[in-house]
Amino acid sequence: MTFFFEVLIGGLLSGVLYALVALGFVLIFKASGVFNFAQGAMVFFAALTFVGFTEVLPGWTGMEPGSGGVFWLSFALALMSMVVLGIATEKVVLRPLVNQPPITLFMATIGLTFFIEGLVQAIWGNTARGLSLGISDEPVMWMLDEFDMMISKFDLIAAGIALVLFVVLALLFQYTRVGRALRAVADDHQAALSVGIPLKHIWAIVWGVAGFVALIAGLIWGARNGVQFALTFTALKALPVLILGGFTSVPGAIIGGLIIGASEKLAEIYLGPFVGGGIESWFPYILAMLFLLVRPEGLFGEKHIDRV
Amino acid sequence: MLYREAGQFKASYQEDSQIFPIRQDRVGFIALLAFFFLIVPMVASQYWLQAILTPVLIFSLAALGLNILTGYAGQLSLGSAAFMAVGAFATYNFMLRIDGMPFLMAILLGGLSAAAVGILFGLPSLRIKGFYLAVATLAAQFFIVWVLVKFPWFSNYSSSGVITAQEINILGYAFNTPESKYLLTLLVVTVLALAAKNMVRSTTGRKWMAVRDMDVAAEVIGIRLMRTKLQAFAVSSFYCGVAGALYAYTYLGTVEPEGFNLTLSFQILFMIIIGGVGSILGSFLGAAFIVLLPVFLNIVLHSFVGAALPPGFGSNLELMIFGGLIIFFLIVEPHGMARLWQIGKEKLRLWPFPH
Amino acid sequence: MKFSLRNTIVMGAAVTGLLAGGVAAAQEQYIGLPSYRVGPFGSNGASLFGGWIDYMQMINERDGGVNGVKLTWEECETEYNNARGVECYERQKNRGATGNSAFQPLSTGIAYSVLDRVAQDKIPMVTIGYGRTDAADGRVFPWVFPMITTYWSQASAIINYIGSKEGGNDKLRGKKIALLYHDSAYGKESHAVLQRLAERYGYQLTMIPVASPGNEQQAQWLQIRQLRPDYTILWGWGVMNPTALRTAARTGYPREKIVGVWWSGSEEDTIPAGDAAKGYVAAGFNPAGTGFPVIQAIQEHVYASNRGNMEDRSRVGSVLYNRGVVHGIIYVEAIRTAQEKFGKGKPLTGEQMRWGFENLRIDDARLSALGATGFMPQLNITCADHEGAGVVKFQQWDGAKWNVVSDWVSGDRQLVRGMIEESAAAYAAEKGITPRDCSKEM
Repeated sequence: MTFFFEVLIGGLLSGVLYALVALGFVLIFKASGVFNFAQGAMVFFAALTFVGFTEVLPGWTGMEPGSGGVFWLSFALALMSMVVLGIATEKVVLRPLVNQPPITLFMATIGLTFFIEGLVQAIWGNTARGLSLGISDEPVMWMLDEFDMMISKFDLIAAGIALVLFVVLALLFQYTRVGRALRAVADDHQAALSVGIPLKHIWAIVWGVAGFVALIAGLIWGARNGVQFALTFTALKALPVLILGGFTSVPGAIIGGLIIGASEKLAEIYLGPFVGGGIESWFPYILAMLFLLVRPEGLFGEKHIDRV
Repeated sequence: MLYREAGQFKASYQEDSQIFPIRQDRVGFIALLAFFFLIVPMVASQYWLQAILTPVLIFSLAALGLNILTGYAGQLSLGSAAFMAVGAFATYNFMLRIDGMPFLMAILLGGLSAAAVGILFGLPSLRIKGFYLAVATLAAQFFIVWVLVKFPWFSNYSSSGVITAQEINILGYAFNTPESKYLLTLLVVTVLALAAKNMVRSTTGRKWMAVRDMDVAAEVIGIRLMRTKLQAFAVSSFYCGVAGALYAYTYLGTVEPEGFNLTLSFQILFMIIIGGVGSILGSFLGAAFIVLLPVFLNIVLHSFVGAALPPGFGSNLELMIFGGLIIFFLIVEPHGMARLWQIGKEKLRLWPFPH
Repeated sequence: MKFSLRNTIVMGAAVTGLLAGGVAAAQEQYIGLPSYRVGPFGSNGASLFGGWIDYMQMINERDGGVNGVKLTWEECETEYNNARGVECYERQKNRGATGNSAFQPLSTGIAYSVLDRVAQDKIPMVTIGYGRTDAADGRVFPWVFPMITTYWSQASAIINYIGSKEGGNDKLRGKKIALLYHDSAYGKESHAVLQRLAERYGYQLTMIPVASPGNEQQAQWLQIRQLRPDYTILWGWGVMNPTALRTAARTGYPREKIVGVWWSGSEEDTIPAGDAAKGYVAAGFNPAGTGFPVIQAIQEHVYASNRGNMEDRSRVGSVLYNRGVVHGIIYVEAIRTAQEKFGKGKPLTGEQMRWGFENLRIDDARLSALGATGFMPQLNITCADHEGAGVVKFQQWDGAKWNVVSDWVSGDRQLVRGMIEESAAAYAAEKGITPRDCSKEM
């Protein structure tokens, strides 16, 4: 039984990190109706830019490598790069494509994926790098002693950071002027425009926020697995979370992440051995698909009413 | 002046409903076929036949399959490569396990197997729409590849999980030269493309388009949604399956399940977007573009400016230009290259007196 | 379709122009390099091809080529994609004075995709440390050279290494060994060997797959924690390796007990894992380090004049970089061997190169002349045996660099050879190939 809970908790924590990546998708889809496939590439871009700055900054400024100053300055510079990237994407790629069918927008973001992957590696090089956030990667000791349960300290802290981020974003959306405008745009572009909300402005902000979320996701995932091209694959972990939780719901992304994270781990361990294992690659998708058959708009997605 | 339909009268229904109603198109098409069937095998080098033309044809067929589903029936799918894998592995097993199985029959059966699997994974489309469906088709992508890797029966218990295509032998003639493989591919692709062209003009195709444009409305006028959608999935998967079989038999020779990965699915999707969604011609143009562009960029960047660039930079630049061009294309002509061709035709009709 | 035709012609003209304008001077040995520097494995490709190119550059600078024949090469980006790899193969096939003389894609998928073509085109394919294992039987696969060590030899050598750690293979009885493998054809290569050895030595083998790409392994490592194996063999590639090490640390599994394969044991795998990699042991057919005279020579003749290929000079001497140098050494020595027979100072055709590979012998004396003592094993390729060494060395990561912790460890040659011949014979029967009679080859 201890083992079951160990797997469950480990899965839930991973799930929060999936949700973190999924959040970037949701923000953009909600505000502009674009299914931004480049989110995975943005995560990679953010992490590599951050690591790149931590490498070159000591040489430029004479700061101690690995010091707090380097960390925060790199963070700030990486954040700036992400915001610039987000806004540039909005202006150069998506603005000219306004009113195109969603699939065209989707394809444009796949093109963007290639572009970002090439760009960031052209700037910082192709080598795989490590990234340390200064969080030790070991089991939580008292859990081990008390319950013989192995819970990763890193995942616990990372999940904590992610949850704080969710709460902050929720508060921003709920109580600030910009947040209200964002929700209005998400609700109805036309109506928002007609009451005088500057649509272009809002979209730029959303892309900037998505860049920020990508940076946090990039730092956490980069510290988990190293900063290399494969970071772009984190997007694949987020997709089933999205269909389960609905493309337009932030709480949906979190709940979806938790369900996917926990169930894929439990399935791998308890179901995997019967079919030869390695089922993590498809299990979340099948699960999400089966779920959709019951509720086609996802957990918290908006219900669609078709009219002729 | 040259391209004008004035004076061409249609005196019978048959004439009115032929595939190419304009004489110049007919002549052009026949000339094109003659060129690719007769002239190309004689003049093209091995490189062109094996590394460019054969894959372009095969990918055109896969793109055609996806175009039927996405472009005509409006169901977005990200699992085309997996259906190609089904076609390839099914054909291999039919050839392997049934003595004296004729190759074309095996391809047909391979395609039909893919169609059956396609129907299975098409079932969710009855409830799920749009991007939800697209992500759900990823289930097919990952699941099918997993099954092929996991159960060694599919690869005849080969230790590395790859299959090696048997020799192609039709009526005693062995297809083992690049020219003969190219011609075989071309033949299959031509027949299936013409079939597709006819299909989309028939009741079937019009039903698909009705569903694509507004499924509720289509249902109201009496189109059975389930049948139509599943039909589209089946036909589309059939085309992908045949493309996969050709990919294994006339192109690579040895394939592994992992070769049919998500990247390949995306590539096929690119082909139809760049070529033109809902256009048979577009599938061919898109496939040619997506296959040739990276090769072209690679040659230019590595052979010409390669020496001047830091190593690795050229490859990254290649990615950037590839991505950039796709975005550029979408912005300039969201309807794809097929639309450019159409505009060109319209212009040609009036030329040289546009007013 | 008309548009595509026009397109084709325009592109055709452009490409033909390019091909004609390329390097084609005599007295140059052309080597096509189907490399990959982008994509999920781009950092691996960049290091390996970097080392290879640097070595060839060094031979050109220091010795003026091989007996006066300069080496020229051309990269072709494959992105680790089979179709792109085939295109590269076809494109490079007829370049240079004598055509591409050997093909080495560093990708099992691409190697399989051109397996039939190389025999037709008479171009030898060298797959060092990957590719089709049973191709080591040169009688059935005259054109394929899976040199130095195959996956099966490696699996057996790893068991021998674990046995030596335990004080003899007889001590393996009752021990628990877990195999954590990439769930693909590559990862499953080891199963048959490990299972047979398990029957013989009586260890308990548990095989745990990781779904590609392997960036999430919580479930697998909790299983391992539950099982508490004495050793865990890590059979990964790309992001799966650092993730495995990080997750092992997180679940408290000792890294000293993880033994990686050679595609899991490079700086590209340990540096991203950070501290979690400390103590981890991996196999390799070449050690890391810049102390070898051959690496020093590269530093002196190539990097001193700033003509090196590596973006990040600190990666010179890394495992994969050195593995690239090994590729370079094998190529250059094969060219040398073939020139002995077919005339010094002349570029070689693919057929002649094949002879060179098949008669390649690199003994200790030659290794020390090359400045590569201990850098790679002795190599003895024959008509029947295209593997040539079948040994690996084990290295341990101390947090900053790899340290060699064993001598060359051999696998069970007899067992592996038997399996290779069995599998090759099955292939020959399926394809209707009559194996060569090696006693008639010279």
